Amino acid sequence: MSATIINLPDQSTARIPKVNFMTKENGLLSWLLTGDHKRIAILYLISITFFFFIGGALAGLIRLELLTPQSDLMATDTYNKVFTMHGVIMIFLFLVPSVPATLGNFFIPMMIGAKDLALPKINLLSWYLYVAGGILVIYTMAAGGVDTGWTFTTPLSTHYINTNVMSTGMAVFIAGFSSIFTGLNFIVTLHKMRCPGMTWFRLPLFCWAHYAASILMVLGTPVLAIAVVLLALERTVGIGVFDPTKGGDPLLFQHLFWFYSHPAVYIMILPGMGVISETISTFSRKRVFGYTAVAFSSVAIAVFGFFVWAHHMFIMGVSNYAVLVFSLLTMLVAVPSAIKIFNWTFTLYKGSITFETPMLYSFGFMGLFTIGGLTGVFLGTSGTDIHLTETYFIVAHFHFVMVGGMLMAFLAGIHFWWPKMTGRMYPEKISQMAAVVTFIGFNFTFFPQFILGELGMPRRYAAYPPEFQVLNVFSTAGATILGVGYLLPVLYLTWSLKYGEIAGDNPWQATGLEWQTQSPPLTENFTQTPIMDHEAYDYEWLEAQQAKEVASAR
Amino acid sequence: MSEQSNHAEHAHHVTSPTVYIVILFSLLVGTALTVWASFIDLGPWNPIIALAIATSKAMLVVLFFMGVKYSTKLTKLTVIAGIFIFLGLISMTLSDYVSRAWGRW
Amino acid sequence: MPDSPTASPAVTHGALAEAHHEHPSYQRHHFESVDQQADATNFAMWLFLLTEVMFFGGLFTAYLIYRNWYYPAFVAGSHQLDVRWGTLNTLVLILSSFTMAMGVWCSETRRKNGLILCLVLTFTLGMAFLGIKTIEYHEKWEKHHIPGMHYSLQSFLDPASDEAAAKYGDSPLPLDMARHTEIYFFLYFAMTGMHALHMIIGIAILGYMIFRARAGAYTNGHVTFVENFGLYWHFVDIVWIYLFALLYLISRHQ
Repeated sequence: MSATIINLPDQSTARIPKVNFMTKENGLLSWLLTGDHKRIAILYLISITFFFFIGGALAGLIRLELLTPQSDLMATDTYNKVFTMHGVIMIFLFLVPSVPATLGNFFIPMMIGAKDLALPKINLLSWYLYVAGGILVIYTMAAGGVDTGWTFTTPLSTHYINTNVMSTGMAVFIAGFSSIFTGLNFIVTLHKMRCPGMTWFRLPLFCWAHYAASILMVLGTPVLAIAVVLLALERTVGIGVFDPTKGGDPLLFQHLFWFYSHPAVYIMILPGMGVISETISTFSRKRVFGYTAVAFSSVAIAVFGFFVWAHHMFIMGVSNYAVLVFSLLTMLVAVPSAIKIFNWTFTLYKGSITFETPMLYSFGFMGLFTIGGLTGVFLGTSGTDIHLTETYFIVAHFHFVMVGGMLMAFLAGIHFWWPKMTGRMYPEKISQMAAVVTFIGFNFTFFPQFILGELGMPRRYAAYPPEFQVLNVFSTAGATILGVGYLLPVLYLTWSLKYGEIAGDNPWQATGLEWQTQSPPLTENFTQTPIMDHEAYDYEWLEAQQAKEVASAR
Repeated sequence: MSEQSNHAEHAHHVTSPTVYIVILFSLLVGTALTVWASFIDLGPWNPIIALAIATSKAMLVVLFFMGVKYSTKLTKLTVIAGIFIFLGLISMTLSDYVSRAWGRW
Repeated sequence: MPDSPTASPAVTHGALAEAHHEHPSYQRHHFESVDQQADATNFAMWLFLLTEVMFFGGLFTAYLIYRNWYYPAFVAGSHQLDVRWGTLNTLVLILSSFTMAMGVWCSETRRKNGLILCLVLTFTLGMAFLGIKTIEYHEKWEKHHIPGMHYSLQSFLDPASDEAAAKYGDSPLPLDMARHTEIYFFLYFAMTGMHALHMIIGIAILGYMIFRARAGAYTNGHVTFVENFGLYWHFVDIVWIYLFALLYLISRHQ
C-alpha cells in the first residue's frame, strides 16, 4: 500500500519532449499573436498573478490600518480608496478570470479531444481586453484611486464622489467583455468540438462546471455593462436616471448592478468546484459519486443564481414583498451547492486517499466553503441579514467562500495540472507546507471577522471602537501568515520550471484525455483525434490502458 | 481521414425569396397597423396591442429572416433561453417597483 | 440567373502526419470539417446576440419602470417625436432586413452580382436610417430636448407655444411632471443612440463585406460570414421594432 500515487518516469533518463507548445515557435510575437489556447492560458496566468499581488498588497494595507482603532495609518478617504481598489482588482481582475481563463482555457479543449477552442482569435482578443481593463485600473490607482467601494453604490457614486469613477467604470466594462468572450468561447466549444464518443455525460465535471459558469458570463455580464454605461452617463451628462431630484431611482442602478454581481459570485466559484471534482476523484482513486447530480447541480446553480440578486439590497429600500421573494429564492440556491459537497464527501468515502498538495487544498476548500456557504444562508434570511449586513460578518462570509473556497481551488488546480502544463513536478514537501500555512493563516485572518461582525463592527470603516481591537490584531496577524502562504507557491513554482523533476505524461495516474498526452502538450494537443470509448473517471480503463502499455513495451 | 462520422451532415435549408417577400409584406402591414392603432383611443389596450404587434413582427423576423424555424434544436433553445432571462430581469426588477406601493403587510 | 460557381481552391497538406485531407481554404485548422466550422460560428453569433439582448434589457427595464411612474411625461415626450420620421425609419429598416435576407440567399445560391446588389442596398438603407435619425436628433437639439445642462421644459409647461404639442392638444404639465420628461428623453437618446451605434458598426462591416464580395469571397461555398452578419442585422431591426412601438407610439390619440 503506497502512501502516494505519484508515478514519475526514471529521472536519470527522462527528458522534457523537445517539441511542445512552448518550443514550437519562438519570439515575443509568436506569443502576443498566438491562437493557441495553451499559450493564451499562460499569458493569462502571468497577468492574473500580477494583479493578484497588487490586490494582495492593498489587502495588507487594509489589515495594517485596522491594527489600531484609530484611523492613523492613512486618511479615511485613502482607506476608502484602498479597499475599493482591493475589491475591484480581486474580483474583476483575479477571481472572475482565475480558473476559467487559465485552467479552463488550457484544458477544456484537451479534455474534449479537440485541437483548440472554437474561436481562437476571440480567445486572444479576450486576453487583450483583460489587459486593457487592467491597465485602466492601474491608471486609476495612479490618478488617485476611487473610493466608492467596488459596488459603486448610488447615489454616492453618481452625485457625491469626485474620484475616478469613470476610469474604473471603463475598466470594469472592458474586463467584462473579456469575460463574456471567454464564456461564449467555452459554450460553443463544449457544444460543437467534442471528439467522437465524447457525449455530454462522459465529460469531466470540470467541463460541466465551466459550462454553467459560461452561461452566467454570457447572460449576466452585459447587464453590468449597461449599468456602468448608465452610471457614466449620469456622472457626465446628468441624465437623471439615478437622480431622485430628476425623478430617477438610485435603486435601479443597484438592481442592474447586482443582477450581474450575484451571478458573478457563481461565475467565480463554479470553475473552482470543477477543479475540486477532478482533484477529489484523482486523489481518492474513485469516480465522483453521483456524476449526474454534480453535473446538473452546476447548471442549477447557474439558473437559480439569476433570481436571487436582491438579497444584496435587503436594507436598501426594496419593497417588503421583494425581500420576501428574494429571501425564499436564496434558500433554494444553496441546495445545489450542498449537493456537491455531499457528493464529494461520498466520493472520499472508501476511497484510497493520498495527501498530495492538490488534495490538501481540496480538503481546505471543502471545509472552508461549507462554512462560507452556511453563513451565506444566515445572510440570505432577511431577518438576520438586517443586523449582519454591512458588518464584518459579510466580509468574513465572502472571504470564506472566495478565498477559503475559490482561491484554494485555484491553487489546487494549478498544482494538479502544473506537471501537465510545464512537464515538471513542483517540490511536494514545501508545497504541502505552504498549503497548511495558507489554511492556518486564512482561519486566523477571517474567522475573527465573523465574531467582529456579529458584535457589530461595520465594514469599510478605517476606525472602530477600541473593544474590537484584539480580534482585529488576530486578523492582521493571520493575514501576515496568509501572505507567506501565497508567496511560497510563486517562488517554488518558478523554481520548479528549471529544477523540478520531470513529470512524464501522467504523474497522478489520473483519468481524462489531457493526461493521455505528453507533458507539456503539443500545440495541436493530439496527433490523432481521440475516440472516447469509456465513461469519465474510469479507473479500470486506466489500469487496462497501463497494462497494455507495459505489455507492448516488452 | 475525413471526420464526418461524429457530425451529421444536415441539409442546409435555403429559404426561398418568395417566403422573404411574403414576410416583408407582413412586416409592412404590421407597421401600418400599429401606427393606425396608436391613433385610436383604446384605453389600457393601446400599449398591449402595440407590444403584441411588435412581438409578432419580431417573431416573423426571428423565424424566417433569421431562419430559426428551420434551425437546429440548439438554436431554438438558445433563443428561448435568451428571452427567458430577458423576461426574468424585467419581471423580477419590476416586481420590486410594483410592490413598493402596496404598503405595509 | 446564377453566375458560374467559383469553387474555392482546395488545400491539401503533405507535411503533417494526419493531415492528408483536402479542405477548402476558408476552413480553419482546428475544425474537423467545414460543417463543424459553420455550426460553431453560427452558434457563437447567436450567443453574442444573447449578450446584446441582455445589454438592451437593462435599458428596457429602466424604460418600463419610468413609464409606469411618469406616464403623463412620457406621453408629452412621445408627442415631441415625429411619427412620420419614425414610421419611415421603421419601413427603411424592415426593407433593409429583406435585402439582407436576399443577400444571404444570393450567397447560398452563389449569385455574386446579386449578393453585391443586396449588400449595397442594405448599406444604402442603413445610411438612410442614420440620415433620418440625424434629422430627428438635430431637431431635438434645437428645441433643447437633450438631457443635461441645456434641457428646456418650455414645451411641456406651455404646450401652446410648441407646434408638436399643440397638434395633440396637450394640456400643460405640472412642474415636477414636466421635469420628468427629461427621463423620457434620456431613455429616447440612450436607446436609439445605442441602437444607432450598432447600426454604424453594422454599416461599417457591410462596407467591408461589399469589398470582399466583389472578390468572390462569399460565393464560393463560404456562406457563414454573410449568414452570421445577417443575424446581427436582423437583431438590430428587431430592437428598432420595439423601440418604435415604445417610444413613438405612446398615446397618439388625443
